[in-house]
Amino acid sequence: MTATPSEATPNDKAETEKSARTISSVSAAFTLFCFTLVFTGLLAVAHRVTKPAIEASLAAEKQHFINEVLPAGHYDNNPIADTLALPATPELGQTSASHVFRARMKGKPAALVLEAIAPDGYAGPIRIVLGITWDGTLTGVRVIEHKETPGLGDYVDLKRDKDKKYPWILQFNGVSYPKTPDGDWKVRKDKGRFYYRTGATISPRAVIAAVHRASRFVFEHRDALFQEQTP
Amino acid sequence: MRNQEQIRAIAFNGVWKQNTGLVQLLGLCPLLAISSSMVNAAMLATATLIVMALANAVVSALRRWIPHEIRIPLFVLIIAALVTMIDLLFNAWFHGLYVILGVFIPLITTNCIVLARVEAFAAKNPPFLSALDGIFMGVGLLWLLALLGALRELIAGGTLLSGIDLVIPGMTALQILPETYPGFLLAALPPGAFIFLGFLIAGKNWLSTKNQ
Repeated sequence: MTATPSEATPNDKAETEKSARTISSVSAAFTLFCFTLVFTGLLAVAHRVTKPAIEASLAAEKQHFINEVLPAGHYDNNPIADTLALPATPELGQTSASHVFRARMKGKPAALVLEAIAPDGYAGPIRIVLGITWDGTLTGVRVIEHKETPGLGDYVDLKRDKDKKYPWILQFNGVSYPKTPDGDWKVRKDKGRFYYRTGATISPRAVIAAVHRASRFVFEHRDALFQEQTP
Repeated sequence: MRNQEQIRAIAFNGVWKQNTGLVQLLGLCPLLAISSSMVNAAMLATATLIVMALANAVVSALRRWIPHEIRIPLFVLIIAALVTMIDLLFNAWFHGLYVILGVFIPLITTNCIVLARVEAFAAKNPPFLSALDGIFMGVGLLWLLALLGALRELIAGGTLLSGIDLVIPGMTALQILPETYPGFLLAALPPGAFIFLGFLIAGKNWLSTKNQ
C-alpha cells in the first residue's frame, strides 16, 4: 500500500506526501457527501434546463410517427392530446402498457395510430407503428426499431430499404382488414399477397403477422378504442 | 516557450502517438459497436470528446480537494454527472441521434479511457492542459472512429454519410459505389469492426516503424 520512505524514489515523492496526509474515514465520507451534493445540484439544474426541449422533441417524435403512417388530411384534431393508454395487450405483442393515438374528423372517429411488436423477428423483436382507419384500412406501416441483419432482412425498415422506387413496407398502404382473407396475410412464398425479397423471409413474415394481428385487434375493438377515456 | 512545446506534445500524443484506439486500445466496446456508419461513429466520438475534455478540466480544477484515498469514486461521480448532462443535452437537441446512439451515451461513463486520462493526466496537471489533453485524446478517437465508420459503411453498403440528415437536416447520404454493388455484410457486423481496426493498427505500426 503506502511506500516506505526508504523505497521512495524522487518520482514517488508527491505520492508519498499525499499518502502521509491520511484522512479519516469520517472526513472521506464528508468529502464524498459534499461532492455528491454539488453534482446532484448541477444535474438538477441540467434536468430543469433541458426538460422543455426534451418534452418538445418527444412530442415531435410522436407527431413524426403519426405523420409517417397517417396522412394529414384524415383528421382535424390533435391525436397526441387524444391518447388512450392500453394495458399490456398480447394481440399487439405488447408485454407492457402502450398508447393509442386517436385521430378524429369533425369529432367523428377517423383513424387510430398505435404501436405493435413482432416478437419473432430474425434477431429479436421488431417494433412497428401502424395507422388504420375506422373502416379497417391501413394508411401506413413503419418499422421503428429492429435488429434485423443489415443488407438482408432490414429492408422491412423503410430507411434501410434499397429499393427506393417500390419500398417493401409501402405495400401495406390501402390494405383493408375486412376485405383481406386471413390466408392472404402472408408472403407469396406461403401463398399470401405480400411480396418479399429473396434471401430473407423471416423478417417480412414477422412484420406481416404482427400487422395482421394488430389490424384484427383494432377492427374488433374499434368502438371501445375510440370511446374509452383514459382515467 | 515551454508551454507551446507542452501543448504540441499533448496534441501529438492524443492524435497519433498514444491514440486511444490504435495504441492504448482502451474503450473499444463503443468503438466497435457503433462504428458501422461514419455519422454514428463520429457523433459518439464527439460526445466522448466533450466528456473527456470536461471531465479532465473539472477534475483538474478540483484536484486539491480530492483526497487521494477516495479519488476513484470521486472521479467516477464527476464523470457520471457530466455524462448524464451530455445525455440530457443530446436528448433535448439532437433527438434523432440520441435515439440511434441510445445506451452508448450513458455507457461513456464506463469507458475506461475517460477514467484513464483523468487518473493519468488531469489529477496531476493544471486545468487548461488537462482540458487540452481530453480534447486531443478525443480528436484521436474521433478521426479513428470516423475513418473506421467510413470504411465499414463504404464496404458494407457502398454509401458514405448515411444518417447525416439527423445532424444537418436536408443533407443526404452519398452513394459512392454504384447502386448495383451487392454489399459486403461482414463489414457491417461486429466482427467487421475488429477486422478493420486490425488493419488500421497494422497501418499505424507500419507508418511508425517506417519513420524511425
